[in-house]
Amino acid sequence: MKTRGQISIKDVVKIYNPDGAAVMAVDHCSLEIAAGEICMIVGPSGCGKTTLLNAIAGFHSINGGSIHMDGEMLCGPGKPKASPGSDRIVVFQNGALFPWKNVLDNVTFGPVMQGKLTAAEAKEKALSMMADAGLSGSENNYPGELSSGVRRRVEIVRALMNDPAVLLLDEPYRALDSLTKTVMHEALLDIYYKNKVTIFFITHDLQEALFLGNKVAIMTSRPCKPKKTLIVDIPYPRSYSVVTDKRFRELMEETSEAVHEEAKKSFAAGEREG
Amino acid sequence: MTTSSNVTFAIKENKLLSILLRPRLYLMLIGFLIFLAFWHLAVDVWKLPRFSQMPGLFTVLQELTNPNPVYGLSVYTAEYYTHIIASCIRVFVAFALATALGVPLGLFMGWSTKIREYLFPVFEMLRPIPILAWVPLAIIMFTSLEAPVIFLAFLASFFVTTLNTMLGVESIDESYFRAAQCLGANDRQVFIHVVVPGAMPFIFTGLQISIGVCWFSLVAAEMVSGQYGLGYVINNSYTNVRYPTIIIGMVTLGFVGYITSALVRMVGNRLMQWRMREIAMSNN
Repeated sequence: MKTRGQISIKDVVKIYNPDGAAVMAVDHCSLEIAAGEICMIVGPSGCGKTTLLNAIAGFHSINGGSIHMDGEMLCGPGKPKASPGSDRIVVFQNGALFPWKNVLDNVTFGPVMQGKLTAAEAKEKALSMMADAGLSGSENNYPGELSSGVRRRVEIVRALMNDPAVLLLDEPYRALDSLTKTVMHEALLDIYYKNKVTIFFITHDLQEALFLGNKVAIMTSRPCKPKKTLIVDIPYPRSYSVVTDKRFRELMEETSEAVHEEAKKSFAAGEREG
Repeated sequence: MTTSSNVTFAIKENKLLSILLRPRLYLMLIGFLIFLAFWHLAVDVWKLPRFSQMPGLFTVLQELTNPNPVYGLSVYTAEYYTHIIASCIRVFVAFALATALGVPLGLFMGWSTKIREYLFPVFEMLRPIPILAWVPLAIIMFTSLEAPVIFLAFLASFFVTTLNTMLGVESIDESYFRAAQCLGANDRQVFIHVVVPGAMPFIFTGLQISIGVCWFSLVAAEMVSGQYGLGYVINNSYTNVRYPTIIIGMVTLGFVGYITSALVRMVGNRLMQWRMREIAMSNN
């Protein structure tokens, strides 16, 4: 088991203060994520899941509590905002491959910018990682020429090029159709078996969460905190046939009520997509 | 082997054919024909009242292609090209200066809130002042003959370029900045690899408008002062009652202006291969 990428979130509070009307997005949220674990965060749209991700990534400050990674404080008392770094890489909801760079230049961007590898070394590493992910042949294409499924895979490879401790995925498959999604899930697990990186994955799709996750945290609607956390005791490697297994269905039943409850609350509160 | 080369050939042939069969080409020709026919009919056939002083289509064509032009200017006279070249050089200098100063300024204004807060209000106050209002000041400031004209063309172009570049930076999706940060890029690298290429589509849209207003204000300036140039030709022909030459000046301006903005577009397309391919994909 990898020793990098253990995250502990303690009593994190985030209050947005637009126009003086304080909105509590995250309320005393605590969550432990073991190194090398896939932790799925499930919750209704706009519940504050992304706020939590932004706090870990260092895009936003927090108003209380602390987040530690591998024993080091990312943010907390005296340091409200974590500094973004290549040990925690985000894969964005709408994808953020640079459309003006071809696939190879996108994938090598991290190590080349940081001066960790020369362009030639980065290219070699990129080509072998892309071959591993079944992406050979697309290195000279621009992102706009690829299907959205392929773009997501490229973006994950771009992240892994930096050997991150944790991958932060913000509903990366939201815009994909359900057939492409199943392919993407298996591809992500494949990558996970090879790299054993910690994955923090936000979704509102419960089946996706149970299929991919080792740990699933179901969040309350705003303000956000874990309502129910469970360990999915289905061993990896998982194939898609798992979803029809008895244990999977039991877990679905166990959790879907909780998710539905929060979805209704969120709907009643008139939360918009966010 | 034979089959594959035959196939390529067939595709090429089809491409040429498809260009020739494209309705766009014929619609464009018909559009021009309607315009020219109306001109001819209005002046020479119907003799509409407002058109009584206007030179007819064939009068202008004859003058334009006359080796010994009645009013002194045709494609056979060296003077014609002197005027074109004079205007082109001024536009080139003004446009190049405006681009060299406007693009970096716009990039910094878009990127840094502080710079924007310093400069944008001043900028927004100066921008709506019509270029013609600058004429007296330009003449007072610059003593030579060329400089005021170039200054005026530069000014109009500069405002457009700077503003569009700034908007271009503001249009870049926040997630690209965040992705670059995650991947360990420092500020300078973010500027080079995100800000500049991300703003590029807006910059080139801006440059196309910019070269248009550059011509526009150049001609206005040439009509006020100057000894050469197409604006001077138009104004001078008006004073000296050489009406066909006015039209020659106008048509030439339209033609040269079209070529310059096509050149800007070509450079933009070359620099933004990614965009061209994206557009090509979405059309399929």
